[in-house]
Amino acid sequence: MSVDQPKYKTSDEVDFVIIGSGAAGGILAKELSTNGFRVVVLEQGPYLTEADFTHNEIEILVQDKLTNHPKLQPNTFRKTPDEKAKPQRALVYGRCVGGTSVHFTANFWRFHEIDFIERSKVGAVPGATLVDWPITYADLEPYYTKVEWEIGVSGLAGASPFDPPRSKPYPMPPLPVKSSGVIFERAARKLGWHPFPAPMAILSQPRPGRSACVQCGFCLGFGCEVGAKSSSLAAAIRVAERTGRCEIRPNSYVHKIQLDANGRAIGAVYFDEKKNTHLQKAKAIVVCANGAETPRLLLLSANKQFPNGVANSSGLVGKNLMFNSGGTVTGVYEHQLNDYKGYCVSRVLHDFYELDAQKVGFCGGGGLDARYDFTPITFAFGGIPPGTPRWGKEFKAALAHNFTRTMEIFCHGTSLPVENNSFSLDPDLKDAWGLPALRLTYKDHPDDLKLSAWLFERAHAIHEAAGAVKKWSFPPQEQQFGVHLLGTCRMGNDPKTSVINPDHRTHDVKNLFLCDGSSLVTSGRGQPTMTIMALAFRAADRITALAKRGELGA
Amino acid sequence: MDSSLTRRRFLAHGTSGLSAVWLSAHWPALLAAADHAHRAAEASIPPKFEFFTQEEANEIDAITARIIPTDDTPGAREAGVVYFIDRGLATFATDDQKTYREGLPELQARVAELFPGVSKFFALTAQQQDEILQTFDEQTARPRRSFRARPGAQNFFDTLQQHTIAGFLIDPEYGGNHDGVGWKVIGREREHMFQPPFGYYDKDYPGWEAAAKEAEKK
Repeated sequence: MSVDQPKYKTSDEVDFVIIGSGAAGGILAKELSTNGFRVVVLEQGPYLTEADFTHNEIEILVQDKLTNHPKLQPNTFRKTPDEKAKPQRALVYGRCVGGTSVHFTANFWRFHEIDFIERSKVGAVPGATLVDWPITYADLEPYYTKVEWEIGVSGLAGASPFDPPRSKPYPMPPLPVKSSGVIFERAARKLGWHPFPAPMAILSQPRPGRSACVQCGFCLGFGCEVGAKSSSLAAAIRVAERTGRCEIRPNSYVHKIQLDANGRAIGAVYFDEKKNTHLQKAKAIVVCANGAETPRLLLLSANKQFPNGVANSSGLVGKNLMFNSGGTVTGVYEHQLNDYKGYCVSRVLHDFYELDAQKVGFCGGGGLDARYDFTPITFAFGGIPPGTPRWGKEFKAALAHNFTRTMEIFCHGTSLPVENNSFSLDPDLKDAWGLPALRLTYKDHPDDLKLSAWLFERAHAIHEAAGAVKKWSFPPQEQQFGVHLLGTCRMGNDPKTSVINPDHRTHDVKNLFLCDGSSLVTSGRGQPTMTIMALAFRAADRITALAKRGELGA
Repeated sequence: MDSSLTRRRFLAHGTSGLSAVWLSAHWPALLAAADHAHRAAEASIPPKFEFFTQEEANEIDAITARIIPTDDTPGAREAGVVYFIDRGLATFATDDQKTYREGLPELQARVAELFPGVSKFFALTAQQQDEILQTFDEQTARPRRSFRARPGAQNFFDTLQQHTIAGFLIDPEYGGNHDGVGWKVIGREREHMFQPPFGYYDKDYPGWEAAAKEAEKK
């Protein structure tokens, strides 16, 4: 932790309190403090650094060192609102400084033009609340470029004919190709498709204070020991600290937005590590707690003025949740790929990003990538062919043969927004602090399942063309678990049909802003973090302009 | 060289991919962490069990040796899995203590039911041991005689199967996979960082531009 950090008193009215330090919160902390504002970041989880990150799979898989803990923060699941929700681990997200960007895969696609205007292009989709964004790809393009250059994204501009326009190339070349990438690239080209080097938020060249990727092979699920993964921890939080105006306050669980009698936010109420309650005062609040915790906080903050939750006059807080659809098709090859070495994804394919809904019979699109996201233990549980015994000689033989010869093709796709799909407060279950637990309601739109099946067929075709010795997938199923948490406080111009305006300001509370996965209006085709960070850079510009014009007051 | 020191070796020698600035900033903290991990690894085969009695340890060891058997390559026994589980039950897996305490006697009861006169799993032949474990799988041959369904035993076996895999395949610095034998079996090289080419299919990759031209020609 930086020694330069100021320590603000809770009674000291700082310019901004930012709630959450993940992909969006970290960027906003950096931008707002760099712009001269006094900022306190309240982060629910601990402050871990590179020295705390290891290859210990038990810490990650069993002890939830980097993520929300199912015992402390249980949640419940149901498919539809008429069911009673049952306790179930339904989501995993980062719970540490840097949030989910600490442990993510670091796939860094931009959204394409279509993602912002799909409703206009395809028309109404029965059963979905699909709408256009109030901003376009062109509005966000400068901020995508800013993300790439400021945090460090490796990739090759112009390599995909389906890429949206860009104003600048990537700041550094793609990471070295893996065997899975070569297999994927050759086979996809045989089929007439256009694979390209994966854009990744992982450094292929060192940057000041950060190493280039050393290909350790413990990437997805783990924190990067050498600062090569461009998490907000490695790429933004430290810049914020160096301004001398930003305090990162870990182990601070915000559970209420405090409003005054005029409906203006005056601060954030939080538990410290010892469960003591504090009110951090601020002139304005930016909530970046993710697509689950942001709506939960607004709902928990209900008061007389906002009986249904703060900033929820639309009734849409927590609704229109999107997870992204998809899944994997796994293949085994004759020779050793040794894909356990290095980062996860080296080749991507966007030929199916925009599909003709009339022709394919569903709305949506997707991308395929060549990957290996297993560690030794997770491979033993999820990587060996179905039907293999789970113990004994045959099990051991499958493990020994396949660990180095396996790769996956991941199919990433759209989730259409459905109003019933939501996060809400469970009426019965409480978390370890005695507050209502998250209740997940989710049932995929039928088009999402059709899209997954359609993409699976293409992934099988690639394995086939590549000469896989063995390949398999499981039929797409309705999801009841998610890691992409999108759309639950959607952006829009109309206060009746959205929660925040294009400046990320809530329609209802002038000095309350929301920016994270909850802001997204559509789900893209997977890989939302790039867009979340671009939105955060843009939000920082908008909020700074408002503050400088003196428009954050009541 | 002590091969359990890979992380330390990585820190001390594997610096080619690291920027000097980054190393100077993080060296002390990383070295401390590596030392800690190393001490934990050295202590990973303690002379005494922390949770199991010696007799329980014999049973657990025998079961893990059927889950990942020793053949022409090492198995769970050589990886010291029973020690990993013992430590785990005293540390990260304290929640599972009850599962073991209650489940092992229930498994032994099944031994006695199917092989009258025998009360210990480790006293059975390997083939008999496999017959016992097959009763925990869903679709297997019918056992030689009926036994009382004991959910505790099923839960115990499922948990033990998971713990055995973890103890066999975890990074050897964290108290299992003794001497890296599990990684040898699956073909994972014991390095802390790697460089391309990684495998068979990327070793002759001509580079993006050349590959694209090649594809055009076809």
